[in-house]
Amino acid sequence: MANAFKDTVIRAWKSDFMWSFRRTPVAIASFVVALLLIMGAVLAPLIAPHNPFDPATLNLMNGFSAPMEPNQFTGETFWLGTDDQGRDVFSTILFGMRISLFVGFAAVAFAMTLGVTLGLIAGYVGGWVGALIMRIADVQLTFPGILVAMLIFGIAKGFTPIDQRDEMAIWVLIIAIGLSEWVQFARVVRGATMVEKNKEYVQAARLNGRRSAGIMLRHILPNVLGPVLVIATISLALAIIAEATLSFLGVGAPPTQPSLGTLIRIGQGFLFSGEWWIILFPSITLLALALSVNLLGDWLRDVLNPRLR
Amino acid sequence: MAKTVKKPVLSVKNLSVEIPTRQGILTPVDQLSFDIEQGKILGVVGESGAGKSMTGNAVIGLLDPPAHISGGEIRLKGKRIDNLEREALRKVRGKEIGMVFQDPLTSLNPLLPIGEQLTETILEHLPVNKNEAQERAIAALEEVGIPAAAQRINSYPHEFSGGMRQRVVIALALCAEPSLVIADEPTTALDVSVQAQIIALLKRLCRERGTAIMLITHDMGVIAETADEVAVMYAGRLAELGPVRNVLTSPTHPYTQGLMASTPLAAKGKKRLSQIPGAMPRLTDLPFGCAFHPRCPIAKDKCRSDPAPTIEAGGGKAACWYVNGEKS
Repeated sequence: MANAFKDTVIRAWKSDFMWSFRRTPVAIASFVVALLLIMGAVLAPLIAPHNPFDPATLNLMNGFSAPMEPNQFTGETFWLGTDDQGRDVFSTILFGMRISLFVGFAAVAFAMTLGVTLGLIAGYVGGWVGALIMRIADVQLTFPGILVAMLIFGIAKGFTPIDQRDEMAIWVLIIAIGLSEWVQFARVVRGATMVEKNKEYVQAARLNGRRSAGIMLRHILPNVLGPVLVIATISLALAIIAEATLSFLGVGAPPTQPSLGTLIRIGQGFLFSGEWWIILFPSITLLALALSVNLLGDWLRDVLNPRLR
Repeated sequence: MAKTVKKPVLSVKNLSVEIPTRQGILTPVDQLSFDIEQGKILGVVGESGAGKSMTGNAVIGLLDPPAHISGGEIRLKGKRIDNLEREALRKVRGKEIGMVFQDPLTSLNPLLPIGEQLTETILEHLPVNKNEAQERAIAALEEVGIPAAAQRINSYPHEFSGGMRQRVVIALALCAEPSLVIADEPTTALDVSVQAQIIALLKRLCRERGTAIMLITHDMGVIAETADEVAVMYAGRLAELGPVRNVLTSPTHPYTQGLMASTPLAAKGKKRLSQIPGAMPRLTDLPFGCAFHPRCPIAKDKCRSDPAPTIEAGGGKAACWYVNGEKS
């Protein structure tokens, strides 16, 4: 068993995929950055020097400490400074990334499930069903994604009781961003499905008496997953940015659960009063996160697209 | 063996396929009739677009809409299968009909090990458990000549060569022990030396199991080597049907005659191959009367006005007013 695992690892290491990875410094660098950021977010409760959401540990006297300088009242030093409430910026970034990444991953998972399912159906069944799905997609594409997300967010907010709004906000955010991004998946999957369904192995499966759902899931889906993986990666960056945008506009993550976007919005108020660190560091983190994921997606697209080799 | 009237495995009577289009209704298959007996191989030949594959697809019920069967009947072992409901058809066709496709590159799922594709098919149609299915899959691969089948069973299609892959496809077509195999140009994508092996393999397996084969091809050489009977198709109609020896050596229909004269196999010794003038008409503008008359060397007025009847000739059937040049 252990040997088989070792073999698999060796085979994977020797594969074209890993070969390309080892030969692409950009891929390695962005992978390391993305991994560090994700690890930081996952392990935030363990590595953050402070818990920024526990009011008991906050000291207002620590407010507006500059990075790496001892606070003039308490003498405490914060790596990246503190905000107006005395919250450690480094810690808020770690916890903010948790929200950003969670929303990003969940929104992409939602968009992917929805888009892949509808794309498969549209491509395999075709006819008026496929036409209907794709026309809905076309109509949605005529609106900017962020507008769609805001619309959905606004409607959903109207339906949630006021006392639950803060809790629901994250989930509404996920659905809103997910719904604004499913079109990409649906289009690509539909195209790939239409190519695959005319291949003879699908005909063979049909002849074999398999049901349409079985053919779609077992035979077509695995064969169209390559491009889906690429879009998922690029969508992840987009979803994180969309979440940050919504939060920056004040319609996203609530201040009680600040994401990177919320942090940037908070920091924006102090941009011209000299406390530059409150906005700068969350922004840099967002930039690094989106950029590394995007570069990984670009590399993935090059590797998985045989035409670009 | 005394004279026994064998029941045909596949019996097609007056089969017509229609495709409604903007240019009107096209009939890629028109009033086609043929039988295939157990263990026999029927070769279906014709030019591209003659309706060969369309016939094959009609038999297995995989016509893509809007194409549909508009008339006639298809009987498999005496049971009609052309008017079955989807669910019933689903059960019949995979079990009773196997299919060998043209391109072994695309007829196997690239992401599933071949063993899995075989066991899946076996489990679907035969009352066996997983282990037995696995054993059967290995046996099936050994039978088609895959060396070290037990080890190769977990290999993916891309790890096989084209010829080997076509062997896997044949194993896949035969593993549910169907009574009929439809082979749609099984050797077209292979190189010549492999073609001969695949043809020999197909022939041997069907002789051994008594499986009937409908071999669709445009290669007269393949037909000569393999088939017991030949059906020559022209523009969706049956031009000639008969025992392979008769059709190849003494064809009765002018189209078959032209075809044989233009085949290197039959034209031994001749300096130049003859050719049939013109091209097969498009389905959108079929000529009036016999579809072949514009290219026919012996066409008379009757051919231009009335479709040719199918009559007994030369040990088989031919659709011509003037079989062997004589008025019938």
